[in-house]
Amino acid sequence: MSTFIDRRLNDRRKSAVNRQRFVQRYKDHLRRAVSDIVAGRSIRDLERGGEVKIPVKDIAEPAFRHGVGGDREMVHPGNRTFSPGDRIARPEEDGGGQGRGNQAGSGDAVDSFVFTLSREEFMELFLDDLELPRLARTVLGDMRQAKNQPAGFTRSGSPRNLHVVRSLKASLARRIAAKQGARAALENGASARPRRGRVPFIDEVDLRYRHRIRVPQPVSQAVMFCLMDVSGSMGEEKKDLAKRFFALLYLFLTRKYEKVDLIFVRHTDDAAEVDEEEFFRGTHTGGTVVMSALQLMKEIIDARYSPSLWNIYAAQASDGDAFGADPEKSRGFLEKELLPLSRYYAYIDIPSGGFPASSPLWQAYQRISLPHFALKRVSSRADIYPVFRELFKREAGVRA
Amino acid sequence: MNPISTSGDWNFELLERYDESIGKIAKGDFGLDIYPNQIEVISSEQMLDAYASTGMPIGYAHWSFGKEFVRHEQAYRSGQRGLAYELVINSNPCIAYLMEDNTMAMQALVIAHACYGHNSFFKSNYLFRQWTSPDAIVDYLVFARNYIVQCEERFGIERVELLLDACHSLSDYGVDRYQRPRPLSADAELARVREREAHAWSRYDDLWRTVPTRAAKKREERGSDFPEEPQENLLYFIEKHAPALEPWEREVVRIVRKLAQYFYPQGQTKLMNEGWATFWHHTLLNRLFDDGRVTAGFMLEFLHHHTNVVTQRGFDQSGYGGINPYALGFAMFRDIRQICESPTEEDCAWFPDIAGTDWRKVLDFAMRNYKDESFIAQFLSPRLIREYRLFAIADHDENDYFEVDSIHNDEGYRRVRQLLAAQYNRDHLLPDIQVTRYERGGDRSLVLRHRRHRNRPLNEESDRVMRYVARLWRFPVRLEVVDSDGDNVAVEEYRPA
Repeated sequence: MSTFIDRRLNDRRKSAVNRQRFVQRYKDHLRRAVSDIVAGRSIRDLERGGEVKIPVKDIAEPAFRHGVGGDREMVHPGNRTFSPGDRIARPEEDGGGQGRGNQAGSGDAVDSFVFTLSREEFMELFLDDLELPRLARTVLGDMRQAKNQPAGFTRSGSPRNLHVVRSLKASLARRIAAKQGARAALENGASARPRRGRVPFIDEVDLRYRHRIRVPQPVSQAVMFCLMDVSGSMGEEKKDLAKRFFALLYLFLTRKYEKVDLIFVRHTDDAAEVDEEEFFRGTHTGGTVVMSALQLMKEIIDARYSPSLWNIYAAQASDGDAFGADPEKSRGFLEKELLPLSRYYAYIDIPSGGFPASSPLWQAYQRISLPHFALKRVSSRADIYPVFRELFKREAGVRA
Repeated sequence: MNPISTSGDWNFELLERYDESIGKIAKGDFGLDIYPNQIEVISSEQMLDAYASTGMPIGYAHWSFGKEFVRHEQAYRSGQRGLAYELVINSNPCIAYLMEDNTMAMQALVIAHACYGHNSFFKSNYLFRQWTSPDAIVDYLVFARNYIVQCEERFGIERVELLLDACHSLSDYGVDRYQRPRPLSADAELARVREREAHAWSRYDDLWRTVPTRAAKKREERGSDFPEEPQENLLYFIEKHAPALEPWEREVVRIVRKLAQYFYPQGQTKLMNEGWATFWHHTLLNRLFDDGRVTAGFMLEFLHHHTNVVTQRGFDQSGYGGINPYALGFAMFRDIRQICESPTEEDCAWFPDIAGTDWRKVLDFAMRNYKDESFIAQFLSPRLIREYRLFAIADHDENDYFEVDSIHNDEGYRRVRQLLAAQYNRDHLLPDIQVTRYERGGDRSLVLRHRRHRNRPLNEESDRVMRYVARLWRFPVRLEVVDSDGDNVAVEEYRPA
């Protein structure tokens, strides 16, 4: 009477759509949680995904139930000492008055709902709504790279592109048509025999060739310059803020481009290109000459990253503590030499406690007004993510 | 006879042999009446999926199921909770799931419990017979899912989701308790939907909108005392009478209502259903052991799981979560058997009708004709009250303390039994809320009346539920609160946003 069915190989993720709906619905909650996580995490496992807590009351589905109060009786098992008429102090209202006798509900006090985000979901929420400014120009503007793409068939071409099946189809069609004419002539009484024999199996007009065209492609590689001031006034904490910003930008760029090169340039009064480890961990002291870093960046671009092949992004972090003519010179160089080559240039100012409202470099940079140059102040860890979001907020009307 | 198997591993051939042996005892020796079984082997991941959709093999998409899934998954992964060994669906054929990680003994336990215990309960209990259509449920679920997918495509996921939210919040109020619903049929539902739509399309003519109709006049003449009698089925009333719902929205309300109705008997018979299934797995597997068909090792493993299931913790022990329906239900069925087979003097005094009669007939009669509330009121014996040391606590508004009302003594037996039975009454859980007035000729407002059960107020969430009602109704909705005597306590009005 019983039937056994092995369903183990059936779809295992039947609820995936429901989970997705859930994420969609609580996006705001999740995004808030994600930004908290980002603020507290080290750069290396920023991407890992993680546990998110949502207050239970926010996701409860309401229903009519009895509230606290009124008269009721409850029957419980396990009486040992009670006799009728015994009085028991009313327990404190915990968990919505679910006090059971004098027993405090253990494990009932779950007030938040834990949700584990996968790495993809995490990144999705993390970078949601962010868009690369001026990516539109990359797509529309001069595109040097091209890709071969099939584009139908032609009647002429090189033998290596010959399409046999298509050619034979055409041949068949031609032969049928030719014989049809001959048969019609036969029916009319003419002798078509010699003509019929002359229909060739394959003719020049039957040949078909694959056609390929070159389609221009947007450049899908980017280089990201990380410029950081490592002078004496940049303490560990400031460097940490800078690192976080760089990490975010890097994560973001890797989502948008197939290939992202990273160039680390640190500078004191003298700039040097270093590797990541050195950049983030190395210690160095000295004065501040911003100009040196900008010049080095220009040299690297000229030598290795032609702007026609690479999308160039740069992020500069400094406490803006520059002296003399350096800020002005840097501004001029940036505006004339670097910005025309860059897709986007962001300057992050990390002011020192002692410094007044604005640093010399900030003042100088502020006078640059180009759409792909942005400058922002960051003074604590929690600022990083909002500032980052603000910089890369999807602009209305700009299509990705 | 030789044991069917001696190792812990299972395979499909063994499953069939166990099923055959258990089935022979269940049907032959004990006369259980069952639907044909469809036993499906699934992975633990699929079990989680099944959980999330309240055991249904097919369901429409909604975020709340996603929430359930995450909740179960979290509990399972963190090891707080194992998965239930079994899941069984009241359908014909009766679908039961076996998890692939289970051992052979577990699989046999689940087969006895679900495929013979629950199965026979579904087939014979009066509530299930009256309220569910096991032949049609799977087809209906397919219909419901397809219909909701279509609505999402036509009207957007968000609109459908909001509508479902509102309906779900009222799903406990989608049942006519005293009226047998018409049996489900997916084909009939589909035909009805199509017909309704085709009719609307064929009759549509914008001109009619401008012509004053007789119906409009009639509406004005209608009195305001509608409905004539209070209606307890809120979802039904909304489906039929909500002034501004579109046809597809009514259909969605109907789907939620029909599914809620399908689950209604489950809530009313939890203790009996689980008790019955536990009683039978215990009886059937013991019989297998007596016949030498299973080994002692098998029995030890089985008993280990069985005792876990029927553990009842005292109110002051950690992990206490109320009365365990498996435990009390199992104890009661066993107790009835004992009363029949070897009645004591007390049993004869309390249960003169059944003491000393054929236990199979008595059990069968109880299973067919009772629900939790009446089952306890009828069959809970003083012996069990003593064994469980049941006691009742009174929580009354005028006192700032709890008072022990009654305990397991001669004066208390009847009182404890009566109070425990009342605890399984639907009113104990759900406030009494009914539709009392719909101003059809006036401002189209709806009045719901909450009659307080022993002065118990509504919970805080009710506010949100009322806003959902207003959203479904699209016109003002008032909630009247009256006390047990029918005197007005408060009125609150909710307007649709």
